[in-house]
Amino acid sequence: MAVIEATLPRRILTTPTAGPLAALVIACAFFSLNSPQFLTGGNFSLIIQQVMVVGTLAIGQTLIILTGGIDLSNGAIMAFGGIVMAKLALSMTPLLAIAAGLAVCALFGLVNGTLATRISLPPFIVTLGMLNVVFALTHIYSQDQTVTGLPDELTFLGQTFQLGGTRVTYGSVLTIALFLLFAYLLGQTAWGRHVYALGNSPEVARLTGIRTSRLTVGVYTLAGLVYGIAALLLVSRTGVGDPQAGQTDNLDSITAVVLGGTSLFGGRGLVMGTLIGALIVGVFRNGLQLMGVPSIYQTLITGILVILAVTVDQLSRRRTR
Amino acid sequence: MTTPVLQARGLVKRYGHVTALDGADFDLLPGEVLAVIGDNGAGKTTLIKALTGAIQPDSGEILLDGKRVRFGDPLEARRAGIETVYQDLAIAASLDIATNMFLGRELRKPGLLGKVFRMLDKHRMRAESAEHMAALKIGLRSLSVPVESLSGGQRQGVAVARAVAWASHVVVMDEPTAALGVKESGQVLDLIRRVRDRGLPVVLISHNMPHVFEIADRIHVQRLGRRVAQIKPGDHSMAEVVAIMTGAMDVADGKAVIADKGAAEAIGLS
Repeated sequence: MAVIEATLPRRILTTPTAGPLAALVIACAFFSLNSPQFLTGGNFSLIIQQVMVVGTLAIGQTLIILTGGIDLSNGAIMAFGGIVMAKLALSMTPLLAIAAGLAVCALFGLVNGTLATRISLPPFIVTLGMLNVVFALTHIYSQDQTVTGLPDELTFLGQTFQLGGTRVTYGSVLTIALFLLFAYLLGQTAWGRHVYALGNSPEVARLTGIRTSRLTVGVYTLAGLVYGIAALLLVSRTGVGDPQAGQTDNLDSITAVVLGGTSLFGGRGLVMGTLIGALIVGVFRNGLQLMGVPSIYQTLITGILVILAVTVDQLSRRRTR
Repeated sequence: MTTPVLQARGLVKRYGHVTALDGADFDLLPGEVLAVIGDNGAGKTTLIKALTGAIQPDSGEILLDGKRVRFGDPLEARRAGIETVYQDLAIAASLDIATNMFLGRELRKPGLLGKVFRMLDKHRMRAESAEHMAALKIGLRSLSVPVESLSGGQRQGVAVARAVAWASHVVVMDEPTAALGVKESGQVLDLIRRVRDRGLPVVLISHNMPHVFEIADRIHVQRLGRRVAQIKPGDHSMAEVVAIMTGAMDVADGKAVIADKGAAEAIGLS
């Protein structure tokens, strides 16, 4: 029999990102009709600035969820990384301080991954423990003090440049670039295929000859490094090293991943979906704010969206089984 | 005498107090379909896992083309040309057929794109997958749909095609027809024949006696952790083979003799 490729419309309909993308477009259309300020370059630039920290954390979260794991410690790791960068930058070369912060975040990722594989602890428990450990370390190391007076290198990503009449931050560009980079790595390299295979079934992956432990540890470490970049984005956005930062970002990053159509069971999903998921949250918060809806309703709607997204995922899985 | 392609001598594997393999031998001759049968717990799966690197025996030796080998993991066995089709653990469901065919052995684009940017050559992998599928006469609508959208028989076809594509010495199939209907089982048996006709020896683990008798050139009977008989399907009836498998009969000088009178009578042999 001849081998025919799946037609393009069919592929678009079957990609897990189709639903989230439609939701984002509909939400944008709705808010454009209800608020004249919504559909402006400046407002979109603002939305991206508002979601870039959680969005970047969610890139790492996507990697881990694709392998079938989950990371509750990413917000805490980011906060610690931010404090490390800020405190060290006061006493050494700022670029070295940034490098140290990135390395520390990657190291926490490495520890998470190692505990999850070598001792076969469930990622949920490992990262729950790590959440508390790192949270405490952040407060001990910072002595509960906000670090101020940071050199320019640490706030550079918060600065803006003109793009077609709109002011855009360098951080926004970096975030989008990171999404594109990981979309490429996951979609176009053998490493990416292996991450999906691992999430489908660790046993299948192992039997195909993929070194699953090494792959898992690598994914957690890489995710840690991405959290480090999120830390730099956070510091540059707020201009300070804040030990209180990122406390709900772990759950917010999971929200973005799930809203983006990635399955919490692993093996299915796209990192670009996560960008869309983060934007959905951002667009809803921003749009509802412009319409004068109290912020507690924004939280309510986000919650409903998450439950809706997981329901859709479950139903589509049942259909293919 | 021909050298067996794959051979094992005195394999032992213990899990705590349970002895899964108790000095098991194994011989696979060139170009044959060898069925491995045995009751549940006879050590079939453990034997196969040891031969394919999925577990490491406590003692005993494995020889490939007469040379002693040790497989630390399945990858080493695969590198030595032994490919395995696992019962239902064969493929990654959400990935497409071509990706599954090349999982763990991806092809990269030539030049800078492949070397520096590690970019996959999806086009070539799809084309080569199509060739492999065509060579085994496996018809599929598309190679870019996820494997989970295929029927059980088609999935098994993908798993077999992958094994055959990479195997240079041996293809091992663990219960390839267990989850399939009559028609699909027939297709998989045809597939096994085509694999043998290409000169690759096949090890077939199966519970299904009619399938074993239909396709096997020889039968390895496993019982209580060791090989108790090697027979040709033509020399014995199915009932006798079952009797050997369960210990009701023994094989001596190529003839089956009753070892446990009560058990033999119970299954209608006397």
